[in-house]
Amino acid sequence: MPVMNIIQAVNDALRTEMRRDERVVVFGEDVGKFGGVFRATQGLQEEFGSERVFDTPLAEAGIVGMAIGMSQNGLRPVPEIQFADFIYPAIDQIVNEASKMRYRSGGQLSCPFVIRTPYGGGIRGGHYHSQSPEAYLIHTPGLKVVVPSNPSDAKGLLISSIRDEDPVVFMEPKRLYRAARGEVAEGDYSVELGKAALVREGGDITILAYGAMVPTALDAAEKAAAVDGIDSEVLDLRTLMPYDITAVLESVEKTGRAVIVHEAPRTCGFGAELAATISEKALLSLHSPVLRVTGFDTPFPYTFESEYLPNERRIRKALRDSMNF
Amino acid sequence: MRGRTILTRPKTQDPRPKTQDPRPKTQDPRLRDLETRVFRSPKLSQFGMRGYNPSGMSEAIAGIIDEKGKVRSGAVVPEIDRDDLIRLYRAMLLNRRVDERMLKLQRQGRISFYVGAAGEEGAIIGSAFAMQDDDWLIPCYREAGAAFLRGYSLKDFTNQLYGNLEDEIKGRQMPCHWASRELRLASVSSPVGSQIPHANGFGLAAKFTGRKEVALVYFGEGATSEGDFHVACNIAGVFKAPVVFFCRNNQWAISVPSEVQTASETYAIKAKAYGIEGVQVDGNDVLAVYQVTVEAAERARRGEGATLIEAITYRQGAHTSSDDPRAYRSDDEVAVWKKRDPIERFRIFLVDQGYWSAAQDKKLEEELNEEIQTAVRRAEKLGPPDIETVFQDVFAEMPWHLREQLDELNETLNSEVE
Repeated sequence: MPVMNIIQAVNDALRTEMRRDERVVVFGEDVGKFGGVFRATQGLQEEFGSERVFDTPLAEAGIVGMAIGMSQNGLRPVPEIQFADFIYPAIDQIVNEASKMRYRSGGQLSCPFVIRTPYGGGIRGGHYHSQSPEAYLIHTPGLKVVVPSNPSDAKGLLISSIRDEDPVVFMEPKRLYRAARGEVAEGDYSVELGKAALVREGGDITILAYGAMVPTALDAAEKAAAVDGIDSEVLDLRTLMPYDITAVLESVEKTGRAVIVHEAPRTCGFGAELAATISEKALLSLHSPVLRVTGFDTPFPYTFESEYLPNERRIRKALRDSMNF
Repeated sequence: MRGRTILTRPKTQDPRPKTQDPRPKTQDPRLRDLETRVFRSPKLSQFGMRGYNPSGMSEAIAGIIDEKGKVRSGAVVPEIDRDDLIRLYRAMLLNRRVDERMLKLQRQGRISFYVGAAGEEGAIIGSAFAMQDDDWLIPCYREAGAAFLRGYSLKDFTNQLYGNLEDEIKGRQMPCHWASRELRLASVSSPVGSQIPHANGFGLAAKFTGRKEVALVYFGEGATSEGDFHVACNIAGVFKAPVVFFCRNNQWAISVPSEVQTASETYAIKAKAYGIEGVQVDGNDVLAVYQVTVEAAERARRGEGATLIEAITYRQGAHTSSDDPRAYRSDDEVAVWKKRDPIERFRIFLVDQGYWSAAQDKKLEEELNEEIQTAVRRAEKLGPPDIETVFQDVFAEMPWHLREQLDELNETLNSEVE
């Protein structure tokens, strides 16, 4: 199997789907000739032409609005929003229009399209190139949110997202774009939405993570095992809406402890939802309170980004706090 | 609908900034006689039309039938056969009578809300008539008349008002927020202007797959202040999208008059900056609206790009059932525009042509009244949809958390907890 990074895997997924399904079109800012600022759409315009892969004017609401019309009229658009930090001008289109079309038309109309967008910190991008806005999106009825953490999942999940009948925001962890490398199967395969992946088995405590936090959580788990004698289980959620409640509960009921890790600010972050659901459904299995290791409730800082982001040290401290409760 | 708060606004408050509109009242173009001048404008000739210039503005307004129902001197009446002319008239009159009846129902507390279109039927129905059956219409929220013309039934419309068990959208939206995939009528939403960018997508999807469809999107002049309008016109210009942007300039965005909405001489002129065509038409002249829209749609179909049509019309009634226009505009102004009523002048035209008579009109009124009564009586008797519909259609398949919330609701409803 070829070894790829996440950008190459995303590119491979787009190419695979565009070859298979001529309804798939790709557009956004700089995605055409240039192939995207992160090069995720490189070579696609060459292969599929400028009616299926094209640059748009710089207008996020217009890009998403166009996808809404196209998807209701027979196409499967995959627009790119260049950075998740720039998605807000399109929020009305996403929240009030795309996500509600099926519901408000009584199931007559729908918007099957995928917004690809790089998210997250760790690239010295400051506040406007580092945000993790998943909670706003997960909070939106009618919208699916998918976050891969490795190349193989990136390809399989993107293919599933394009084939899905509902609008999906596909959040790509840009810190891992080139850093995460791994084997990616050639050709057509998919990874089912709504299913988590157990990436490390352990008996003492469950770590719930997604996207760029998965490798960080794994590193922390290894060090905690070696140094602190704590055996962690790590679950990569992969799909945040709808998330895999069965996998979460199975793991937490086994270990009796949970630490949730995400980059986004803590208050009303996705960790809050997970913690509440675990307490509703598995209270009697818990030996200690569910803890969260997250970005702080501040704007994303530039100089101190490695202190803002959950890191191995912060995760290990939470694991210890939970074990010593 | 944004109209909900208007009644809380103190009646004495002038919504206009004090520095705006230094023109004396008699200079108000809305109050001027639209008959001032008739001439052939170079721009209008592209639309096969003659124009007249009501207020010395640089662009002429397209018109065919004048305010008294007479064909303007030199105007060419489009070739529409008698049956279709009557069909147009019927749809306009139906729209008016439905609005009157439903607004009464709202006042009686039988439906919660209503959006009327009185005065704008010519703009709404003339434009819809210009489009082909497989062209998508993307409505704002005032275009029920366009839906009726397409064949959207009064029964479906009324069921939607009541949100009952036969409501096609399953009781999920306020009244007047219909949709029909079968008739290629996109779904109505309340936020102003958000539907405009969709038109590019509808149109370009057709273009990219080799279909000759055109998308027509409706919005009011207030929506031209939203970013979505600019974004959409700009993108349409760049891609030569097969789109007709149809602006109903009804002079008022709830309580805010047109001159607080823009400092542009016209709305149509905005097209120029986006590299698309722009044209003003007498929105109360159903034939002129039809003619201009046909030309715009055919341009789009030929691959020549989008047109912004500004239909100059007037909202004779309230923005919605939730506001009272007497709080912000004068009766005199309304009276002037009522004399320009699109239905009345079209009726005169039809009678003059020998296509219509007072007796036929009386019969039609009776027929429409009966149809409306039947639809209301029926819709009112039907109960609500099944409670499960609250949770359906959020996604194509119901995920675990919605299944769980449905069970929770059912448990509560079946429990002894009061």
